[in-house]
Amino acid sequence: MANLKTTEKKSKAQSMGMHTEVLTGRTQQKFFNPDEAENFYYFGTYEVDFNKRTELDVKNMEAPEANKKIDSLMSEGYGTIVIKNPQGKHSLGVGILNKLNLIFEGSLGYFGVGSCDGPSVRINGRVGWSCAQNLMAGKVVVEKNAGSSFGAAIRGGDLICKGSVGARTGIDMKGGTIIVGGDAGAFTGFMMQRGRIIVLGNVGINLGDSMYDGNIFIGGKIGSFGSDAVTSDLTSSDKDWLKRKLKVAEIDENFDVSKMTKIVAGKKLWNYDNLEPTEKKGAI
Amino acid sequence: MCGIAGLIHKDKSVNIGSELQSMLQALKHRGPDSTGYALYADNDGQNFIMRFKVGENVGEGSNAVNEEASVYDERKKIVDKNLSDLGAIIVKEERLTPYSFRYEIKYDKDLMKFSKKIESAEMTEILSIGKSLELIKDIGDAKEVCDRYNLDKITGTHGIGHARMATESGVDIKSAHPFWGYPFSDVSVVHNGQLTNYWNNRRALENKGMRFMSECDSELIAVYLAEKMRNDATLEEGMKDSLKGLDGVFTYFVATKDSLGMAKDTMAAKPLVLYESDNLVAMGSEEIAIRSILPQEIDTYDPFDGEVKVWQI
Repeated sequence: MANLKTTEKKSKAQSMGMHTEVLTGRTQQKFFNPDEAENFYYFGTYEVDFNKRTELDVKNMEAPEANKKIDSLMSEGYGTIVIKNPQGKHSLGVGILNKLNLIFEGSLGYFGVGSCDGPSVRINGRVGWSCAQNLMAGKVVVEKNAGSSFGAAIRGGDLICKGSVGARTGIDMKGGTIIVGGDAGAFTGFMMQRGRIIVLGNVGINLGDSMYDGNIFIGGKIGSFGSDAVTSDLTSSDKDWLKRKLKVAEIDENFDVSKMTKIVAGKKLWNYDNLEPTEKKGAI
Repeated sequence: MCGIAGLIHKDKSVNIGSELQSMLQALKHRGPDSTGYALYADNDGQNFIMRFKVGENVGEGSNAVNEEASVYDERKKIVDKNLSDLGAIIVKEERLTPYSFRYEIKYDKDLMKFSKKIESAEMTEILSIGKSLELIKDIGDAKEVCDRYNLDKITGTHGIGHARMATESGVDIKSAHPFWGYPFSDVSVVHNGQLTNYWNNRRALENKGMRFMSECDSELIAVYLAEKMRNDATLEEGMKDSLKGLDGVFTYFVATKDSLGMAKDTMAAKPLVLYESDNLVAMGSEEIAIRSILPQEIDTYDPFDGEVKVWQI
């Protein structure tokens, strides 16, 4: 690293390579400058009006066409879009980086509403594997059951399934909250790194296997604990938070949260930053 | 990755070939190499239906060795002679393709002895024997195979099918699913996944007199269950036992003359979506398979890890 006391560069940032430059090589780098914040925009976002509502029938559309149409409707300012006849198609409603009310009148296949940041989604049906994978922010509510890998690798937001979910719920999640009204399968919270999982019903074997951090709250029976998952005391702040979350999730406001089991990681990792991604956003 | 589908109508017969074709075609992206059907048809139940092949489909995409059509005729003659030697009477015979046949036969003795004799002819494999089972498999997608064998005209109560992406063995009919539960009549199996203790189990089962026709790991499930049933286990008992005896990741379906079952490994690593009502059970690797025959909004779910279910007609 450059010697910051003796450097002749204009600023310490330049000495450390933290300056804006245009590269003509194979990569281009642009570093964040708070003074230019107003010039930054999130690519692919639009100003939408929630009161401007439309319907989109995707019965005869492939997923890419349907997703482009959703994007096109947002560009026209529609803030509430109702999707008709999804019929279990895969990859519907993916990559939405916008505030939006998105309602699916039916079930989705795999990778439904994946990689989204911001929308509020209601699915009046069931979802297949990997629903809301990589969710950054927003809220996704599934009215019926969900397949495996529900909420895989989410970073933030609330993901709610009112029915039961398959195996590996919240696998590799790095933030956010997953709430399940029914039962969950094996390996729930597998390798989770941050965030919270709430399951009101029973869970299968290997709960919280290889989890790094985060909290899991279980209302029913636990098939077995995975490696590194241990129980912890349920604090009063946990109970308050659970009550608030269940109320927001519209699942079971009267559920007795005091009887839930709290599971945390039993190991401590070196050089591990447990700051939530949303907190990092706030710091910036 | 492969796609599997199955359905059972509990109180009526339908155009089962057409329904299963729709489900499997919807899963084509999971397995474009070959497609197989095990249909439980409305046959009169008097005679055995034997479907067999005397060679491979050497069409586009096949790993099979090209052979002269006359070779098939010679092998058919040997099969006919073997049938005669066994005392079986051919009631009706159909040549469906140059290499595959459907025989209706009268026979009432030991099926294992029967099968060994028939399969002693070079490249000859019994695809299925049963009073209602019609097992068809070939290279191509669901629609191509359905059209080639006129399956959309077959009515029945239940069936299972498979859209295969060849991973562990070649693109040919012998490695395609479903697999017949040799030597039991009317037993068939389809599988999605990988079995990691295939060779250990295969050696043990071969020592017990069971036969393998391919090197496809999925065949092990059919043979494994058949061996359990040969030792008086029920289908459901055999399936539950398979969760311990088979190692790997799998979801499989097994069908008999009057039942349909599913089993999912304890890791739940392979997908399955299930719809169940009072008179219909439909299941597949993806929801779109079920939607292809039930487009209206329905309640479906994923069975949990280690789950075994069996339904009767």
